[in-house]
Parts: sequence; C-alpha cells; structure tokens
Amino acid sequence: MHNLNMTAGSLITGFLLLAIITGIFYTPYDPEAMDASARFAGISLAHPMGCDNFGRDILSRILEGSRTTLAVALCTVAIGTVCGVLLGAFTGYYGGWLDEILMRINDALFAFPSLLLALTLIGLLGPGRSNMTAALGISFIPSFARIVRSEFLKNSKLDYVRSARLQGAGNLRIMFVHILPNTLPVLMSAVMIGFNNAVLAEAGMSYLGIGVQPPEPSLGRMLSEAQSYLFTAPGYALFPGLFIILMVLGFGLLGEGIAEKGGRHG
Amino acid sequence: MEEKNILTVRNLEVSYKKKAVGLFGGKERVSVLKGVSFDIRRGEILGLVGESGCGKSTLARAVLGMVRPDRGEVYHASEFPQMVFQDPYGSLNPAKKIGWILEEPLRLRSGLGREERRKRVEEMLYKVGLDPACRDRYPAQLSGGQRQRVAIAAALMLSPGLLIADEPVSALDVTVQAQILELLQQLHEEMGISILFISHDLRVVYRLCGRVMIMQGGEILEAGEAEKVYFSPEHAYTRSLLEAAGLLQ
Repeated sequence: MHNLNMTAGSLITGFLLLAIITGIFYTPYDPEAMDASARFAGISLAHPMGCDNFGRDILSRILEGSRTTLAVALCTVAIGTVCGVLLGAFTGYYGGWLDEILMRINDALFAFPSLLLALTLIGLLGPGRSNMTAALGISFIPSFARIVRSEFLKNSKLDYVRSARLQGAGNLRIMFVHILPNTLPVLMSAVMIGFNNAVLAEAGMSYLGIGVQPPEPSLGRMLSEAQSYLFTAPGYALFPGLFIILMVLGFGLLGEGIAEKGGRHG
Repeated sequence: MEEKNILTVRNLEVSYKKKAVGLFGGKERVSVLKGVSFDIRRGEILGLVGESGCGKSTLARAVLGMVRPDRGEVYHASEFPQMVFQDPYGSLNPAKKIGWILEEPLRLRSGLGREERRKRVEEMLYKVGLDPACRDRYPAQLSGGQRQRVAIAAALMLSPGLLIADEPVSALDVTVQAQILELLQQLHEEMGISILFISHDLRVVYRLCGRVMIMQGGEILEAGEAEKVYFSPEHAYTRSLLEAAGLLQ
C-alpha cells in the first residue's frame, strides 16, 4: 500500500499545521510591532526571514498570517460543503420541480466565475475578513452542490436504496446514513480542491485590498504589500508566497492521496 | 381476502409515462401490467416466468409499493414483505460492513439492543451459510454468491412472511446458482416463508416452485401446479417457451 501523494501531502500539511499551532502560542516578535531601525532588514539570526517596510518581523507575521489564511479557507470550505451537501442531497434524491428550480439557480450562479461572484457579494456586504469568508463560501456552494447532486442521483437509483426503503428507513435516514458515506471519496477530493481554491482566493482578495484588513496579517495581504518592495526586499514577497505554495501543494497532494485510496477501496 | 393467502393481487394495472418527444411532446403512457390477478398461499413458492420486458419486475415493484399502480388492489397478509434483487453488487450498500447492513432492519423495526442485534446477525449469517467473521467485511470483499447470501440474510432479518426474489440467481454462475437455490429451498422449509420467485429460466423455476404462472405482455397467460403447466400446457406461448428450453418433445 504505497501512496506517495498521501505521504508527501501529510508531511507538508503536518509541517504547516505545526508552524501555525506554534504561532498561536509563540512568535519571535509581536507580528504588529514596528521597528524603524529594522526596516527591510535582511535575513539574519535575529530575523530569519528579514523584516518588512515597517520593520515588522516577517517570520512572526507569516506564522500569524498562515493561521488567518487557513481559518478563512476552512470556514469558506465548511460553508460551501455543508450548504452544497444539503442542496445536492435534496435535489439529487427527490428530483422533480424542486430539483429543476434549484439547479437552474445553481446553473446561473455557476455561470459566474466564483471569484467574480465573491467580488460582487463583497461589493454588497463591504470588505473585511468575515464578509470575505461568507462571500467566498457562498460562491463555492454551486460546485459542491453539483458534485453531491450527481452522486445522490446515481446512488438513489441503486437497489440498496430500494432495499433500505423496504426495510423501513425514512428518506432522511436513507440520504444521510445510507447514501452520504458513498459520496465521501468524491466529496473529500472536492473539499481538498475547494480548500486550495479558497487559499488562493483569500490571497487574491486580500491582495486586492478587499479581504483581510491591515494591520492584521494574512499571506495574501503580505504578498500584496510586498509587491512595492520586490527589489528592495525580495524576501518579503518570497516567504509568504512560499507558504501559500506549501499550503496548496500539501492539501492538493492530500486530496490526490485520498482519491487514490478511495478508488482502490471501491 | 382469504386467510390462507399471504398475498392477494386483483386487477393490477400499471403504466409508465413514455418519454416526451420534443418540448410539447404528448404524455403518452405505455401499459406494462394489464390487469393482473393472483394469490400466493401461505408457505408456498410461486414461480413467475416470462421473457424479459414482459412486466415481471414491474409486478414485483408494484406489489411492494415501489411503483404506484393505476388501478387494482394489493393485499398483504404479512408484515414487512422483503425483496431479493437480481444484482448482488447493487443491492448491498458498498460503504457499509456486512454486520451493519444486516443490523439495519433490526435498528429500524425492532426495539432490540445492540448485543441482541449482534446475536441475531450472527445466527442469520450461520443460517445462510456464511462465516460470522463476514460481519466485519465490506460487500466488495465478498464473491457474488456470498453477496447474494448476505442479501437474502438482510431480507430475512425481520422474519417476513413474504419474500419476493426477482431473478436472484441470474447474475451468478451455474454452480453458485445451484447453491443459492438450495439455500432458498432450505430457508423456505425451515422458516415457512412464502416466496414469489421471478425468473426467465424454466428449469430453475421447476426445481423450486410448486405452482407456476406464465406471463406475457403484461398479462398472466396461465397458472397452475408446476406439473400441470410443464407437462400439459394449455397455451401455445407456454408450449413455445418449454420447447425453447428443451423441456417439451
């Protein structure tokens, strides 16, 4: 049972989580403390990743910023998954006019790129961390709903569902106890891909200045601030970028690994 | 309704909506069952024979309430009639262990506690000729014949009076077929369940069933004791079926 994707993904994600958890209890410096004497400080023992334009320690800000980015991504995916599963389960299982109406609305939302949809929602709600999370979460619902719906549609026609009904299982029990576990392999890899998109979307939103607001750090926020100083302090852009790559890569590999394992099992 | 019957079906009519052609295509209906009437007596195995597409499976589904009939009546004298499906790959939940699958009917319909349920599952696995260690396996880890045994066990967990078996051996190899038929026969004798055995295979039906019904185009052409139907068929269609199976000289 050799699953390279799973191993590499767990290692990278484990390393990141360790860094983030450490950041909750300990950062070398206060992430928001400015020090005029250390502006654009290079890599040194005192500042392993250097300092930014306000003399704030980049390592400390990355530790805290990764946590923000991760939290936003997790909440986004949670909103998308929970609502998507509910929508997909009911439409796929019951079909009929409910399915027609909800899926046409879903198609309309799906026609927008999800980032554009999130931008529109932020335009209505206003910028900020929680509004961005909500907007991204909502923009993720259609793709999850569609995946879950097709799985429920497929499964609800199988004989094991008929047999459960004959045994006296109610519709809700059939949907969430009998069918849902069968959608997990597909759903889990969708969640992993969705998580990656959420990390990138957070970075993009904060980069545009409509996500996490200063002085609170997030990986995307730091990247956007770093672009003005790309030549003065290349490390400022490099390290947050590296963490984004690691986060996306880690969860991406984990998703591949889970899909591989699920495929082997079934 | 007579007391000696476990199932009484009268003038059952079922039709399906034809797929609409175009946006305003007509809502034409195709008649699948054209007034079917029959009884299953307590403790008998009744065979239902017909070529594919003649409405056998629709009849089974209508009897169990999975299809809404247009007209006609179905009276059940038993609680929780159950069904064994043709394809044992689709009739067991692939995400659940065998033990869970067999316990589910008890969880739903009996007030038994966990320990008692486990005991019943073990007894049932023994009864259908499976190792109790199967409890911890997934359906994908069993062979086709083993899966069909599990499907039969699941259907029998609530001791139903009536079991409808829709082509239960058609998806299995010949040697396994014989074993499953033997199992059904044995369970029928031990538990006294009535079985509606649906098949297109006249030989298989003759081995198992006391009475036989011949179905064609949504109607029952002839019904009676197996000996009578097989050796002095009244209907030309029955004769042609028997000839095709090499059972009539």
